[in-house]
Amino acid sequence: MQDLCKAYMKEALMGKTLFEKVWDAHVVAQDAGAPAVLYIDTHLIHEVTSPQAFSMLRERGLQVRQPHKTFATMDHSIPTRMANATDVIPLEMWGAEQANQVQTLRKNCADFGVTLWDINGEVQGVVHVVGPEMGITHPGMTIVCGDSHTSTHGAFGALAFGIGTSEVGHVLASQCLLQSKPKTMAVNVSGKLERGVTAKDIILAIIAQIGADGGTGYVLEYRGEAIEALSMAERMTICNMSIEAGARAGMIAPDQTTFDFVEGRPYAPKGEDWTRAVAYWKTLPSDADAVFDREIHLDASQLEPMVTYGTNPGQGTGISGHIPESLENPAQQRALTSALEYMGLQAGQAIDGLPVDVVFIGSCTNGRLEDLRLAAGIVKGKRISSGVLGIVVPGSKDVRNKAEAEGLDQIFISAGFEWRGAGCSMCLAMNEDKAGAGKYVASTSNRNFQGRQGPGSRSLLMSPLMAAAAAVSGRVVDVRQML
Amino acid sequence: MASFTTLTSTAAPLRVENVDTDQIIPAKYLTAVTKEGMGLGCFSNWRYLEDGSSNPEFSLNQPQFAGAQILVAGRNFGSGSSREHAVWALTDYGFRSVIAPAFADIFYNNSFKNGLLPVVLPEATVTQLWATLEANPSASITVDLPSQTVTLPDGSSTGFEIDPFRKACMLEGVDDLGYIMKRDAAIAAYEAKPAY
Repeated sequence: MQDLCKAYMKEALMGKTLFEKVWDAHVVAQDAGAPAVLYIDTHLIHEVTSPQAFSMLRERGLQVRQPHKTFATMDHSIPTRMANATDVIPLEMWGAEQANQVQTLRKNCADFGVTLWDINGEVQGVVHVVGPEMGITHPGMTIVCGDSHTSTHGAFGALAFGIGTSEVGHVLASQCLLQSKPKTMAVNVSGKLERGVTAKDIILAIIAQIGADGGTGYVLEYRGEAIEALSMAERMTICNMSIEAGARAGMIAPDQTTFDFVEGRPYAPKGEDWTRAVAYWKTLPSDADAVFDREIHLDASQLEPMVTYGTNPGQGTGISGHIPESLENPAQQRALTSALEYMGLQAGQAIDGLPVDVVFIGSCTNGRLEDLRLAAGIVKGKRISSGVLGIVVPGSKDVRNKAEAEGLDQIFISAGFEWRGAGCSMCLAMNEDKAGAGKYVASTSNRNFQGRQGPGSRSLLMSPLMAAAAAVSGRVVDVRQML
Repeated sequence: MASFTTLTSTAAPLRVENVDTDQIIPAKYLTAVTKEGMGLGCFSNWRYLEDGSSNPEFSLNQPQFAGAQILVAGRNFGSGSSREHAVWALTDYGFRSVIAPAFADIFYNNSFKNGLLPVVLPEATVTQLWATLEANPSASITVDLPSQTVTLPDGSSTGFEIDPFRKACMLEGVDDLGYIMKRDAAIAAYEAKPAY
């Protein structure tokens, strides 16, 4: 009874966080002692984690409840190697299983009436790049996808999180999920970023600070002047990697930057709907007296470009730093020892000068136009260091087209990079894009797990600026010296 | 969905922290369109050497741990990708329960959808359990869901926390979808309201 009273007092007297506002607006039903039935506004699917969910629908004789709220594209297992100036290699040249996944997605979307952005169409790319650029990602929405980097969409003030294939089936059938309410963590980022330090460095620093499981059970809200100053692409980079701290989701309060990005896109509200939507979206930011379950702080002005040296994204430090000699916590020490053994690196080794064999620029973390512009600015008029393989994989066809219109493709090609079609590519190495065993990959992606970028590959996560600098230097260097 | 009540089995120690789902099932096994046969790829980067032969160093390959239905791993088990294939791989391999000091959220959630019981025990208990299992691989552990206890090889019992709703679903082998779809009227009413 006392707890109920307290809960009531909190409800009545205290302000709400952005997360709580979005959560509360989507609870369809809530039994005592049970998780909430949470309504899902937008559902994104792709070829890898959806087939078994459609099979479940067929086995149980179910339909898709709201076909217009699910959007499909192809990104994970498709090739990015180009056959000509505009098309990737034809289906017959793909792996048989990858081709089958794509054909299966086509059939499932056709049978159940789901919109599909096909690799043969004008719109296609990494699901978390395509969604926002089509304007289907709005503030205040609940968005899910069978992909952990769904947290990307939290950049708009949406509650967005990754789900397993069983839950993909639940959303298809019911447009709802059973969810327990997560806790909230405020991530306050003060100060201004120095030149050459980017959103990627902010999120890598946060994960290094709280650890790869520091966010488990929480929805993070990134806030503070450093966050407010970021573009939508930069905010997406930050929210994208919330899952790398173990968080359920990451969110950023919507503001004029958000509204300007969404306005006019194909699926954005129009006319009076737009006016009403913006009025609602302006009510979403956390109230001044809202209380978070946990708060952490980071001073952006003290950051330098970050690089990971280990096999989880929390194992990273600044470019002027060193790999730790040892760690006090036995479990962390065990993780460090096994990571360094896999990575072929030494305790105490300097980050500056780490070897690089492959450079991968792309992914849902850093495959947007702004990212490609930053990287191109570094490689312009230079050549990739001999012996280094560089690939640039735009996050979507739209990114690719716009980059070509600006001449970025020619800058990369002249420098010796391969200019690819849109997809996930070497971020997870499900297609033929794999770094070889033992190769060091300067990568703009999100995960440095063992073998993530191909069996035996060794990932060094960093920003597009730093990856470009590594490409032309043949080793990890401080990009600020090249600006 | 498979139910879970009680399980007595040998247990395999995996002294590794942050076991991510890319290790549990590497991406190359994700090209299937069914759930079957995922056990083949379970921990394949650790289970097999480069030439495809079995890696004798890896604990699951040691004959004394063959047939273990319980895996005992380090904290943050199942981190990374949301791929439910990781759970399908573990269950197809033969595991019915994973014990660890902490689990990643999405993996934890996916486990309950497939009858794989994730059990959180304190880090010190897990560390002790590793040593016990390494010294005495034929020792059995009992995971009992109704009483929320794990009985260790020395006969001592230790309790674990679990959400009552998840527990009930696991015991009865019912999945979320049936529960959600009983709320059809509430869902329809929600859908009838304007978003803003």
